[in-house]
Amino acid sequence: MTYSPEVRERLERDAKEIIGRYPKTRSALLPLLHLVQSEDGYVSDDGHEFCAEMLGLSKAEVVGVSTFYTMYKRKPAGEFHVGVCINALCAVMGGDEIWDELSEHVGVGHEETTGDGKISLERLECNAACDFAPVMMVNWEFFDNQTPESAKQLVDDLRDGKDVRPTRGPKKLCTFKEASRVLSGLPDELAGDGPSAAGPSLEGLKLAKANGWKAPEA
Amino acid sequence: MSTTLTPVLTANWDRPDSFTIDGYGPYEAAKKALGMDPDAVIQAVKDSGLRGRGGAGFPTGMKWGFIPQGDGKPHYLVVNADESEPGTCKDIPLMMANPHSLVEGVIITAFAIRANHAFIYVRGEVLHVIRRLHAAVREAYEKGYLGKDIFGTGYDLELVVHSGAGAYICGEETALLDSLEGFRGQPRLKPPFPAVAGLYASPTVVNNVESVASVPSIIANGADWFAGMGTEKSKGFGIFSLSGHVTRPGQYEAPLGITLRELLDMAGGIRAGHRIKFWTPGGSSTPIFTDEHLDVPLDFEAVGAKGSMLGTRALQIFDETTCVVRTVLRWTEFYAHESCGKCTPCREGTYWLKQVLKRLEKGQGTEDDLSTITDIADNILGRSFCALGDGATSPIHSSVKYFREEYLKHFEVGGCPFDAKKSTLWGDQ
Repeated sequence: MTYSPEVRERLERDAKEIIGRYPKTRSALLPLLHLVQSEDGYVSDDGHEFCAEMLGLSKAEVVGVSTFYTMYKRKPAGEFHVGVCINALCAVMGGDEIWDELSEHVGVGHEETTGDGKISLERLECNAACDFAPVMMVNWEFFDNQTPESAKQLVDDLRDGKDVRPTRGPKKLCTFKEASRVLSGLPDELAGDGPSAAGPSLEGLKLAKANGWKAPEA
Repeated sequence: MSTTLTPVLTANWDRPDSFTIDGYGPYEAAKKALGMDPDAVIQAVKDSGLRGRGGAGFPTGMKWGFIPQGDGKPHYLVVNADESEPGTCKDIPLMMANPHSLVEGVIITAFAIRANHAFIYVRGEVLHVIRRLHAAVREAYEKGYLGKDIFGTGYDLELVVHSGAGAYICGEETALLDSLEGFRGQPRLKPPFPAVAGLYASPTVVNNVESVASVPSIIANGADWFAGMGTEKSKGFGIFSLSGHVTRPGQYEAPLGITLRELLDMAGGIRAGHRIKFWTPGGSSTPIFTDEHLDVPLDFEAVGAKGSMLGTRALQIFDETTCVVRTVLRWTEFYAHESCGKCTPCREGTYWLKQVLKRLEKGQGTEDDLSTITDIADNILGRSFCALGDGATSPIHSSVKYFREEYLKHFEVGGCPFDAKKSTLWGDQ
């Protein structure tokens, strides 16, 4: 294992906190895989070994699990992992066109990373924001109602180091590694950022209020 | 108009602080429930007629009642927040805007089934939703609504937010449990059902987010209040999610039994200058409907009687510019990608469906291919551990039934007769 003693100590401290939440230790495997991904930007050989050691599993058992799930990357993802939904509804609403133009613009394909390590792309299945189609995600934050132009601009801005703001999310986009840490169960302090709900999420409520429609009184 | 909207779960979403306890309220329903006998809580939910909001529509109170009591084993509540069914987009905005309705529902549900440990298994691809859940749970702990001796009743409950890692199959309840135990998410053979041998082989209730979040309103307002909405066998309200070629897509919370015609009226109709072609009542796993089904009451019984399923009320609307063959191909590619590989009919069947559909879409198929895809679908349906494979057959059978001519047209003209650009959000500009 090549983690430095300081890194190893920090990871162990985090891992123990996570493991302590579960009645049985193995339940912490998915969170720990997110944790090692937050260190390396993918699930590395070291990462697999670390999870195995912490949970008393064989490395083969850990690899068997990590390779089942698409969010665990087998090679380094970009600092910004950019997904385009190409499931049926988003594809029809323009996701296919966005993917084609974006992939050509960035010069990489599905699950590939640019040479500078900045951007990786993924063809996403449904991300549960269909009323905002076509949808994109960057480091698992929502970028709603995209077009081929907005998608290319977004990636250019990310590469230029400009501040980019998700449609429904924090004021500032965090990196793929920082996002992975939140997923491991160690949240940052950004929950209060961004709207409660936006756009289509509020259409029904707006209409109900305009018409005075309410659920019946108890 | 006969049916109107009934915002309950969505009622506070326009408050800037709706995701905090200040914006939600002081958990009065949980306080009330913890002063009741747990069996009385179960009875209230039974009396309300609440049925599972994750798609299957199983009576929620009855599910709780299956948990054996006095068995000496720990009991668990697991919230299925793995919302991934194509078209389904209700739980994610609900947890983003109103996570406390879920946390309060968890407290009441866990108390009723005598569980002291609960989990929210949320899909990993929704970072900000996960932040909001963590923050809500932390706030509830700080207020003493979670942890030891809640409301001074002596009842203890630990609640863990657990992020998944990108696998649609983990929305299947037994695959979810395997995943939560730290394994590959593959379904288990049932029986035994989770109520008997669920998480760590202990009695477990797995409920959808919206089901659990509906519970506080039932306890606060009474079973009769809830049962007073909806239809005879499909009681209460639910969030209907309109997406696709509609003027104002979005979330519309209404009594079960509302029709798509009514919902479309509210949503400004199909986008200007177009007409509806086909739609799903509840996600891609529910057989598609057409314009002849606009007046079908959207409840479990009426949708079922017309050959589909209410599912998750994910109303994906496609207008006449959309190629049904292309759409079905994309759903099929999804099922092939997400099949966990455990059962041969699903693993192989979805793979071959994808191959044949690709050929058909390119206009290189034959009429025999239509028999081939329906044959393959017949050999998947009912032959695997879980419903993923069954779901994959829904778009196949229903699209061939309603749009056979359109499949034929593809190989008559030697390609897709549609211009994909016209279907896009910017297609009319």
